[in-house]
Order: sequence, then structure tokens, then C-alpha cells
Amino acid sequence: MQFSTVLVQILNGLQFGMLLFLIASGLTLTFGVMGIINLAHGAFFMLGAYGAFHLIKFAGWPFAAAYAGAILAVVMLGALVERSVLAPLAKRDHLDQVLVTYGLILIFDELAVIAWGKDVQPAEIPPPFQGSIQLSSMIVYPVYRLVIAAIGLLAALALYLLVAKTRLGMIVRAGSIDRDMVRALGINVRPIFSLVFGLGAAFAALAGIAAAPILSVSPGMGDRIIIVAFVVIVIGGIGSVKGAFVGALLVGLVDGFGKILFPTVSSILMYGLMAAVLVWRPQGIFGKPLR
Amino acid sequence: MTPLALASPPLGLTVIRAAAATLVVAALVALPAFGSPFLVTQFSRVLIYAIFAMSLDLLVGYCGLVSLGHAAFFGIAAYVTALLSDKAEINNILITLPVSVAAAALGALVIGTLALRTSGVYFIMVTLAFAQMLYFVAQENAFFGGSDGILLLAPFRLGIGDSTWLSLGDRATRYCLILSMALLVLCFLSFLVRSPFGCVIRGIRSNERRMRALGYAVGRYKLICFVIAGAHAGLAGHLYVVLTSLADPSILDWLHSAQVLLMLIIGGIGTLIGPALGAFVLIVLTDQASELTEHWKLVVGVVVIALTLFSRGGIVGLARSGTASLFARKPS
Repeated sequence: MQFSTVLVQILNGLQFGMLLFLIASGLTLTFGVMGIINLAHGAFFMLGAYGAFHLIKFAGWPFAAAYAGAILAVVMLGALVERSVLAPLAKRDHLDQVLVTYGLILIFDELAVIAWGKDVQPAEIPPPFQGSIQLSSMIVYPVYRLVIAAIGLLAALALYLLVAKTRLGMIVRAGSIDRDMVRALGINVRPIFSLVFGLGAAFAALAGIAAAPILSVSPGMGDRIIIVAFVVIVIGGIGSVKGAFVGALLVGLVDGFGKILFPTVSSILMYGLMAAVLVWRPQGIFGKPLR
Repeated sequence: MTPLALASPPLGLTVIRAAAATLVVAALVALPAFGSPFLVTQFSRVLIYAIFAMSLDLLVGYCGLVSLGHAAFFGIAAYVTALLSDKAEINNILITLPVSVAAAALGALVIGTLALRTSGVYFIMVTLAFAQMLYFVAQENAFFGGSDGILLLAPFRLGIGDSTWLSLGDRATRYCLILSMALLVLCFLSFLVRSPFGCVIRGIRSNERRMRALGYAVGRYKLICFVIAGAHAGLAGHLYVVLTSLADPSILDWLHSAQVLLMLIIGGIGTLIGPALGAFVLIVLTDQASELTEHWKLVVGVVVIALTLFSRGGIVGLARSGTASLFARKPS
């Protein structure tokens, strides 16, 4: 294999991996801190994409404003969902959580169909990032994909600083290890739940906006990618942001190289990776041991 | 009232239950005689999904394993059946049924072995992910018909060699086969959950650590339960292809698994008959609702959330509390 092919696949893997990280980090934090498995997390991904699409195409907003507006709208919706439906679920078992968040998926997907129709909508790449860049004499790479990778890396860095260096992050980490103990120590977890959930929703919306020009915008676009995010979390270990990052990179790279090396089985390689991790370390690479 | 009297239901209740069961079975048996062709096909579907839902109930309701990938085994059997008919021209269900059910059981053994290394929320995600993997396998390979799936032209039959005892191209015959299978599955699973094996898996559901401490090989019981549930889902998948002559990727989709979970919550988890009723309610309701509005998913979504948050026990739970209050004031 030529060096240029390897480089391009590394970049592709990085780009897809960072997109996955944006989704998986919110999912893993929601579980780690609140103890809730949120199947509807993919809806934030979808609604971010639709929100930006709508504001640009129908409201005529400039790109940057539309992106900010879409993220803000999704965060507000996330807060509403968290307060009204998810908070009462924290004490319920996983089955109830799965069912309720499945109900949310049905509602959001159908609302998207009502608002924007069933058709797949194309999304535009913002003008400054259109075009390609000459990486070497042989390789031309689209600028936009590099931008996605950069956004993901920046978000990961920000999240790392937040979780590892701040007081809030300390509570989040403690919460993912022993939620009840955090409560018993007199910390009011309510606002922290909302904050973490809002942050996760914002990341998912950002991922949706970033992915829209590549994947196109359609109802149900979140239902597929959420499964891959689950694979990432199982590989990395649930509740661990570091795990989500490493898992996302691994899945991104396996997917990128798989498409070149084993094109016929590329779509199942990441599941093979998950199976291997399950055999080796059932709790995931950075997960706490299962009881 | 003594504890003993609490344990056994009042005679009146037993009579009511037996009468209701007899009525329902009689109505189901008589259906092809008076029902429209549409109704017969609709109830064939209801009964297939009743089998599917009961198999998931064994896993979720009795063993406490919440699987979101149960459609995988339904799908494996469906695809094996379709492939046998399409590629090898085997339409005899004396062959296709055991082979496809065995394939589903094998799939359950492999996925179960891996997934049961985890528990709780991991288990949900892992079963989900493996089912989705099969979805991609079916969707992206021409051998499995790609996204169109496999559409069969020849109807299935039952017979030895080249003889045909029952032609399953006939609507009523097919319905009778499906009905008898559904009743068999109900009897078998009811027997199973009351057997010593059933006691162990129910014990695992309520307190796994204690069962482990008592010396039960908890992991093995869970795996056996997973495989039995998978095999029954496979039976449903096989009958689905016999009914519709179609195996397409949508039956492997995780939303299909979630739909069956929905039948459980509607009917009442851990009751077997409840999920079967749930299948009836959900299928008839969605058939009706999709005629009334194209946005029926919105309605279903709201109903699911409301049911999960506010009601416990589904239809069977409601019926039980209803009949219990009916007999509550009787002197003991």
C-alpha cells in the first residue's frame, strides 16, 4: 500500500472518528453522570442538521449564525426533554429507559418528516471550506473533512480540560464512579445533570451540522449513527470520555482502512473489533470492572 | 385470610380465566370460516408476532435480560428460509423449519456467548450492535438480495419427498399452521417458566448474586435461556417468510427489535400471554392508525412514553387488578 493511501485513510478515519466522538461523548456522559441510556441521542444529531439546513435555506441566515442558532435550539430542546421525560427515568430500570427514549425517537423522527418531508435534503459546505488542499504532490484532500477533524479534536480538548481540570469535571468523574456517594456528600446534582445533558446535546447537534454536507440530511439519519456510537462506547468503556475518544478513533480508523483493505466486509469490521474487545475486556478499554 | 388462600386464586377467577381462554381459542380456530381474507392474513401476522413477543418475554420478563437485538434471530431464520427456497429450491417446511430454527439458535449461541460477558446497559448496546451488524451484512451483499431483500415466487408446502400434504400457498391452511405453532409455543413456554429451569431463571432476574451464591451456574442458565428465546424468534422469522414470501433488511433493523419490546410493555412483561395480546393490539392499532394518518408513528411514540411512565403491568396487569378487586370482598 502506498504511503499516500495510508495518509488519506488516516485522515478519513480521524474525520469519521471525531464525528463519532462528538456523539459518543454526550451519550457516555449522560450514562456516566445520570445513569440513563438515551437512545434518542441520535435525534439531537438529526435536529442539529435539520436546524442549520432550515435556517440557511428558508430563513436565509449566514452559515455561522445558522449553526449557532441550530445548536442553541437543540440545547433548549434537550433541556426540555431532560426536565420533562428523562429526569423521572433515572430511578427506573434500563428497560423503561429504553422504551421511553425509543418513544422519543418515534416522535422526533416523525416531527422531522412533518416539518421537512421524507426526502433526503442536500446540505451545503460553507464557502470558506469548499475546495481541496494539496497535501503532497500526489494527494488532494477536501478542506472540509480536515475542518471536521479539527472541530472534533478541539471539542475533545475542551471536554478533556473541563472533565480533568475543573471542579465540575471532578464531580462528573466522581458521579460516573459512584453516583449515590456524590449525592451523599451534599452535592446538588440537579443543575449538573442539566449542564452535562445540554453539553451532550450541543455536541451531538454540532456533529449533525458537521456531517450534513457529507451524509445529507434525512429523517432517521440519527438512528443509524447512534448504533455506531454505541459500538464506540462499548469499546471505550461506558462513562469514560477518554474511552469514547479512543474508541471513536479506533472505530474511525478501522472503518477507513477496512474500506480499502477489505471492501466486502468493511461495514462489519467495527463490530468484529467490538467482539474482540468484549472477549478481552468486557467492561471496555477504560471502563470500570463489571460487578 | 391465610397465606395459603392468598397463594391460590379464587375458584371464580380460575373459571373466568379458563372460559376466556376457551373463547379466544375457539374464535381463533373459527376465524378462517367467517373472517375476510384480509382478516385471516392480519391474524396470521398477529400470531407470528405473538410467538416473537413471547420469545422475547422469556428473555426480558423471566430472565431479566433486556435485549434490543432480538430481531437478529428472527432475521437469521427468515433469510435462511428465503435462501433455501430461492437458491436451493427447497420449499418443504419439514426441512426449512428445522434448518432455519437451528440457524437462529446457532446465531443466538454465538451472539449470546459474547453479549453475556456483559450485563445491564452494556448488554443492551451489544445486542443492539450485533443485530445492526447483520442488518448491514444483509443490506450490502447481493447474495442476500441487497436492500430489496429476497422475494420468493414459489409457495411453501408440507410433505415427505415430492408429495404435498399441505399447500401453504393457501391462506387458511397457512393460518391454521401458524395458529397451531403459536398455541404450541404458548404451551411450551408456559411449561418452561414453571419448570425448575424457569424457577432458576426467574431467580436470576430477581437476585443474580444470590443465585450465584446458591451455586447455580448463572452464566450457563442465561445462555441457554438466550438460545431458547433465539430459536423461538427464529420460528417466528420462518413463519414470517412462509406468510409474506419476503425477507428484507428491515426485519433485521433495531427498530424492529424495539417494536417487539413495545408489544411486551403493552401486554404486560413476564406474563407470556400479555406480550401475545400486545402483538395483537400493536398490529391492529398500527394497521388502523396507518389508514387514518400517515403520521401514526407520532401517536405510537406518545403512547409508548405514557404507558411506560404511568402504567405498570400492561393489559394483563390491568385485567389482574380488575378481577382481583372483583373477588376481593369475598369472605375467606
